[in-house]
Amino acid sequence: MATIIVDGQRYEAKAGQNVLEAVLSQHLDLPYFCWHPAMGSVGACRQCAIVEYADENDDRGRLAMACITSVRDGMRISIAAPHAAEFRTSVIEWLMENHPHDCPVCEEGGECHLQDMTVMTGHSQRRYRGAKRTWRNQDLGPFIGHEMNRCITCYRCVRFYRDYAGGTDLEALGSRSRMYFGRVEDGKLENEFSGNLVEVCPTGVFTDRPFSMQYTRKWDLQSAPSVCPGCAVGCNIFPSERYGDLKRVHNRYHGEINGYFLCDRGRFGSHFVNDPSRIRCAGTRAGDDVFEARGVDAAAEALGKMLRDTKAIGIGSPRASVEANFALRSLVGRDNYCNGLADGEAELIALALDIHGRGGARIPTLSDVEDADAVLVIGEDVLNTAPRVALSIRQAARGRALEMGSEAAIPDWQDAGIRGHAQGALSPVFVATTLPTGIDDIATATFRATHQDIARTGYAIAHRIDGDFAEPSGEEPLADDFVDRVAAALGEAKRPLVVTGTGSAEPGVIQAAANIAWALRARGADPALLIAPHEANSFGAAMLDAGLTLDGALEAVRSGEAEALVVMENDLYRRAESERVDAALAAGAQVIVIDSMENATAQAANLLLPAATYAECNGTFVNYEGRAQRFYQVFEPAGEPDDEIAPSWVWIQRAAQAAGRDGCAWSGMDDLVRACADSVPALAGIPEAAPTADYRGEADTRIPRQPHRYSGRTAMRADVNVHEPKPTVDEETPFSYSMEGQNTGRQPGSTVPYVWSPGWNSNQSVFKFQQEVNGGLTGGDPGVRLIGTGASPNGADAERFRDPPPTFVAGNGIKLVPAHAIFGSDELSARSWPVTSCSPSPYIVLNPEDARELGVEAGEGVKCDALSVSVKVRVDAAMTRGAAACVVGLPGLPGPLPVEPVQFSRDPDFPRDPEIIAKG
Amino acid sequence: MHTQKPLTERIEQNDGRVLGIDDYEAAGGYTGARQALTTMTPEEVIELVKDANLRGRGGAGFPTGVKWGFIPQGDAAGPGPKYLICNADEMEPGTFKDRYLMTFDPHLLIEGMIIAAYAIGAERAFVFLRGEYFEPFRALERAIADARDKRYLGEAVFGSEFDLDLRLHSSAGRYICGEETALLNALEGKRAQPRLKPPFPPASGAWGRPTVVNNVETLCNVPAIVRQGADWFRGLGLTDDAGTKIYGVSGRVNNPGLWELPMGTTIREIIETHAGGMRDGYTLRGLLPGGASTDFLVPEEHLDLPMDYGSISAAGSRMGTGTMILMDDSICPVDLSRNLQHFFAQESCGFCTPCREGLPWLEELLTDIEEGRGTLEDIDILEKNGAFIGAPGNTFCLHAAGAIEPLQSALKYFRDDFEAHVREGRCPYRARKGKD
Repeated sequence: MATIIVDGQRYEAKAGQNVLEAVLSQHLDLPYFCWHPAMGSVGACRQCAIVEYADENDDRGRLAMACITSVRDGMRISIAAPHAAEFRTSVIEWLMENHPHDCPVCEEGGECHLQDMTVMTGHSQRRYRGAKRTWRNQDLGPFIGHEMNRCITCYRCVRFYRDYAGGTDLEALGSRSRMYFGRVEDGKLENEFSGNLVEVCPTGVFTDRPFSMQYTRKWDLQSAPSVCPGCAVGCNIFPSERYGDLKRVHNRYHGEINGYFLCDRGRFGSHFVNDPSRIRCAGTRAGDDVFEARGVDAAAEALGKMLRDTKAIGIGSPRASVEANFALRSLVGRDNYCNGLADGEAELIALALDIHGRGGARIPTLSDVEDADAVLVIGEDVLNTAPRVALSIRQAARGRALEMGSEAAIPDWQDAGIRGHAQGALSPVFVATTLPTGIDDIATATFRATHQDIARTGYAIAHRIDGDFAEPSGEEPLADDFVDRVAAALGEAKRPLVVTGTGSAEPGVIQAAANIAWALRARGADPALLIAPHEANSFGAAMLDAGLTLDGALEAVRSGEAEALVVMENDLYRRAESERVDAALAAGAQVIVIDSMENATAQAANLLLPAATYAECNGTFVNYEGRAQRFYQVFEPAGEPDDEIAPSWVWIQRAAQAAGRDGCAWSGMDDLVRACADSVPALAGIPEAAPTADYRGEADTRIPRQPHRYSGRTAMRADVNVHEPKPTVDEETPFSYSMEGQNTGRQPGSTVPYVWSPGWNSNQSVFKFQQEVNGGLTGGDPGVRLIGTGASPNGADAERFRDPPPTFVAGNGIKLVPAHAIFGSDELSARSWPVTSCSPSPYIVLNPEDARELGVEAGEGVKCDALSVSVKVRVDAAMTRGAAACVVGLPGLPGPLPVEPVQFSRDPDFPRDPEIIAKG
Repeated sequence: MHTQKPLTERIEQNDGRVLGIDDYEAAGGYTGARQALTTMTPEEVIELVKDANLRGRGGAGFPTGVKWGFIPQGDAAGPGPKYLICNADEMEPGTFKDRYLMTFDPHLLIEGMIIAAYAIGAERAFVFLRGEYFEPFRALERAIADARDKRYLGEAVFGSEFDLDLRLHSSAGRYICGEETALLNALEGKRAQPRLKPPFPPASGAWGRPTVVNNVETLCNVPAIVRQGADWFRGLGLTDDAGTKIYGVSGRVNNPGLWELPMGTTIREIIETHAGGMRDGYTLRGLLPGGASTDFLVPEEHLDLPMDYGSISAAGSRMGTGTMILMDDSICPVDLSRNLQHFFAQESCGFCTPCREGLPWLEELLTDIEEGRGTLEDIDILEKNGAFIGAPGNTFCLHAAGAIEPLQSALKYFRDDFEAHVREGRCPYRARKGKD
């Protein structure tokens, strides 16, 4: 530690950190632009000028830029010194020469870091008389708007996009006062993290395009702390609402998970909440399939009839909260409950939880991932299944550069210096997948094979690290060189990391990953093992002890054993073969579907009940780390008079009441959480994820969902009724639906509904909510770890896997293997229009030889009995012969892929690819 | 008999023709390099150059031997090559001394680079040449090929164990590439933006490796130092600074040009004796002693100053490249300042705010003043902004500091002219010429 003296006051700081970090960590105000807490310093904007004094006798000092000045013990600086303050004002004046004076009509206004810094420095009069520079903007695709005239040339966008996220299609172009930040030509920004530009840009150059299309003033947004429903990473988000629409999603800082950045699926994947195909009222389907709205009371009555004294099967969902799943289980009983996971997926998740339960390897947070010094990604295309993990692996790869910087005495925050010095040096990262991935550019080596052979290779790596581990037998030679290099690199690492997931549908891959981690453990290392399932609550749903598998549940309905089926937030056609689902739904049982959107299962419901989305209810998701995190209701869906949307658990409670079933008489959310924790040992920790509804922050007030600048409360419903309705009193949470109350950041981190601090209206105010720059939230990072927290037993004791799968052998036909798409594979986000517009049409990837044998070329279509639609062919030499990757979850493609090889044939009627037509 | 003009004597004796390798060797060329590589250790070479008190001729005047001494030797350098870069991106307005040396005596530079590379243990070297320098490019291209043929470059130079791969790189053409770290970025194929220092190039330069960047004239002094010794070299200078210097004069003199003269020759001697004095009808009002990015000096105070690093600094300017630009009484100081700020604003790399946005504003203000739209407040803004932009450390590199030097000194020495523009609402010089 060091002591620094700032304007006469003594503060603690860390020796070696930069002065800007040090003063911001003390929550002092010092304007800046180009520095970013996650990206370090480059010294471009010159905004953070301070006066640094040589010693105690120096009363003049010299101007220094805080972001590129190292903290020294005893150093004396001034923020307030007139010379520094005047210089900072001058910097704003220079930036304002060309910045438009359109704040009142600018979409960034009110949440603009440039606006804040301008006010903070006191610059208010324009003296520059010249013309402002203007630019032609680019069409950057559906996610990002572009308004270059506002640019202040801080270089943050390219530093994030290229240096941090590995993108290549956004560049700093031009020179002098004609710098242009854009693409070489118009087109969608290709990087999967492009949405962060919205928050990284200190002004309104890069904007959230879907948000701008249904624009609301930033201070008029109502927000709540939430958790992204897009995958199993559990990134913390702030969804925001106005007029009953979810307007946008912003990053919610979590020191151990997402930090400052989200993926584009998470940021742009929530517009399904506003989708016209939302189910908004309860109703029945008459014989002719016409939906008839019935109203809540009639629905309850129908529920009573359907469920009273009947055997009912309940199928829950990994996209529904722990509480909703528990409520359903309480309604139908454990023996009649299924967690809704596809059977294959359920086995893999059970395997993952079993491995984590055995211990021997840490479950890494994303900050642990970034800290790893050697990484093996095995059998999982994380960029497409758990995208935020891929961004963290990219940071881990930079470890070597930071190490070289450290050896050359370049501080780790001196970003440009380290990049120049290390020249792109990377820590070892190995990627073993069926197809090329978006992180191959940072890979030391890649290996391409079917998942079976990847699993075998993984077994071989574990065996190479520790000969006591099982070795795969078989004739096919494994990738010896790859095995050697991975074993050597992981073996030499201090913090090796193995990343896998359930995307392969191949248990051997996960077993192999565990073996590798355990082998490293046996060698005395401290390995981490990340197993990514694919949905927001995959682990949470699996932790609920269920009596039925999905096949078992469907069979019970099909056989007539059950007279009613309750399907909650689940489209069964994505989880099981359509014939099985058809058979069950047509068997004559009463089908009750509780869901938020129309889907094939909902189409078959006798009684359809409108469920709240994650933004309209409270609940808990358990992420890949086994961290239970509470998401809170952002807004009340009662925008329309006939809106009957309610949380799933409320519908279940109504059903129980109407049917006279016991065990569902929870007094509210807290009671439900407690009941769940009490009855499910694996979930005993979930009450600790967040405070109960009676929690009151400072001054004994509720925490407001609306910032105190929120406007229009008396007017926004005036077109309906001139009487201002009383804000709903939220009985379920410590939040209010108003701007009254306090959000100081000193409350538990799980209950911060937005970040704002006096003078800091943009997301840059997050530092006021952190213990220190890049540290945890002042009130603690949200969530409670349910697994992997105990002392890890020695890996040597962990029971190893001994049965590698056999070598892949091409059969008669083409074996479909799963692949995933960040935009399209996830059910809900795929129905968010910006994401939908980026989702590929269904396709398979063939080996060129197989394509030749089938007589098809890239861009043409093929069909087979197992697929209900013809799919486009892509050709990739990396694809193993006899296998074809098929992106799961895309419209028309089956949920679980057929086990047996399929017979493809060219579809002569397949519409030709417009791109190919254009190229002739 | 030791020469008094180690840089240009051969050129003068060769009747203005380019010295080929045979001419050069006939005049004693490559004996210094051979001597250094075959009889001296690298440490001895560095000590010799330190002892000779050779200082950087690119403008900053940093002691060359000291710079070489910063390069880690042996295992301390870590794995990978070290680099010697010759900064031949001569883009300082009014400066053309390196062009002269490279065009007419390219082997002198190559020999200097062989010795320098040997001293620092660099196995790779580049000449980073100004893009518009076509003639020097042809001369160097030929010379490098000839030297390679004679095994003076490549593997086992002069039969020693030292290898040197010397390459010629023609710049895409930006003034900022004269800044050594911007040069390195450009050489690496990146944007020509300066780097944050530290690390300095000797610790982490080209491709992250230890690197020395030296000016053409600096390197050209090295062969003679090896051949004739440090004492001789120090003795050439008339003042504390050693060696000779190529001084230049441009402006309305009778004989504009370049001359290799003892370091410390007075400004008066350079202008009056060598440049032949002012042309009839023109009076000297001020001069930029070392290129456009140095502060004005004025004849009333500074003509008898010796042109060396210390004397010119003490007078508030810099010797810079030693090639002066004269401003006579027909030239409007405001217009000249506007012209210079236009150049510097245009050549800003665009990285840091004060330079990128501040310089165009200064140009704008100067244009307004020059064209009769200026106010007295504008002059204050020029001064205040100039002070903020020009203070080293306030901007990312020294480009803006260099830009401000002629402006702040113009405001100091020619303030009346600025005020007259405001008062009269026009440029008095143009009015005098009947242009207004």
